[in-house]
Amino acid sequence: MSNEGRKELIVSAIENGTVIDHIPTHAVLQVMRILNLEQSPHQVLFGVNLESKKYGRKGIIKVRDKFFDSIEINKIALVAPTATLIEIRDFEVVSKKNVEIPDTVEGFVKCFNPRCITNHEEVPTRFKVVDKENLKLLCHYCEKITKKENIVFL
Amino acid sequence: MKNRSLVSITDFTKDEYLRILELAQHFERNPIQKILEGYVVATLFFEPSTRTRLSFESAVNRLGGKVIGFSDASVSSTSKGESLADTIRTVSNYSDLIVMRHPIEGSARWASEVASVPIINAGDGANQHPTQCLLDLYTILQTQGTLDNLHVAFVGDLKYGRTVHSNVIALTHFNTTFHLVSPEELKLPSSVKMHIKEKQLEYYQYTDIQEVINKVDILYMTRIQRERFSDPMEYERVKNSYILTNSMLAGAKNNLRILHPLPRVNEIAYDVDANPKAYYFQQALNGVYVRQALIASILGLV
Repeated sequence: MSNEGRKELIVSAIENGTVIDHIPTHAVLQVMRILNLEQSPHQVLFGVNLESKKYGRKGIIKVRDKFFDSIEINKIALVAPTATLIEIRDFEVVSKKNVEIPDTVEGFVKCFNPRCITNHEEVPTRFKVVDKENLKLLCHYCEKITKKENIVFL
Repeated sequence: MKNRSLVSITDFTKDEYLRILELAQHFERNPIQKILEGYVVATLFFEPSTRTRLSFESAVNRLGGKVIGFSDASVSSTSKGESLADTIRTVSNYSDLIVMRHPIEGSARWASEVASVPIINAGDGANQHPTQCLLDLYTILQTQGTLDNLHVAFVGDLKYGRTVHSNVIALTHFNTTFHLVSPEELKLPSSVKMHIKEKQLEYYQYTDIQEVINKVDILYMTRIQRERFSDPMEYERVKNSYILTNSMLAGAKNNLRILHPLPRVNEIAYDVDANPKAYYFQQALNGVYVRQALIASILGLV
């Protein structure tokens, strides 16, 4: 495992920070948006269409001097369920873990129900994840379920 | 329950509901009590619902409180483009409690988060209408002497009928056996059945109303609306099979009572009204007692 991690780092190693690896290549910009990296003061490097043994093509994001807490990082599980989170300190991989589907999803998924208040007024969306396997989101407001195939990111 | 909003039937616990039903019995015996003197209740009806509004206003008036509000969004500043949040924040300043009806789903939850006073949801689109559910529970208790272990049939539009959804969810606390009668297109959604399954209760589905009449304690009728059908021919085909007539009740149990959230159109024939098993008008009256109990609890007056 750590060998594979090191090989990736050769591309542009960072001294301290976080590498988000194995992102589906089409989802890289969405992940950047969900983690608000566009506004980040940290140095951010990203790549798309990189080769991956596991997935053929993949995307990667490296954020220098930034460590995410799990609530923050699990937000990306909806768009990048295969992502791996690698923490680097002094050029060494100190931890490597997969993202997990969070219990709640706030602010970045649109409610599927056109009659929901969140689609009529400026109300930040809030969902409870009621089925992690099939990804079903229960809207805190209209109490309707948004299924995986209907998820649209704001 | 003091200062808490009631937005969804899942907001309160079984014990809290039972307490409201118990209090409603007290208001049924003594409907006129001036415990709300000096209080102002706002009834904000962003869409018209005369029956529900009058029931709430009657409840407040009988308790000696004052009512402010509107019965149609066209007379409120919503028509000038004001947001719901702004309307609610403003009216919070003028009242001790807000009763609201709104066509948009989730609007009452949102209002409860921006209001500085408690909110009672009097219907938010197709989502929730918890006081209807409470008055239905009260009526079942009143007619059967218990809420436990009953056989309850729901008939008609089980897919879109929010009253049916709330009632099914609430009754899962009382070991109910559910008999669900609807056209194929309007069956109870799986999200509601999930609640029945979680409690490991029994439910049976039918398309023929006659199959359930003789075995249930409560027959809860609802309206089937033409616009719910994707195929108008299908509506024409089924519409008359969900009409209850007096002759169909010949073999029913003695304790059977027929409920309906009203207004009815043609799903209960007028010849049923004289049958002692017809109970829908008493059911509507119960709405006042239940709302008195709820308002008094939320304002901390009982």
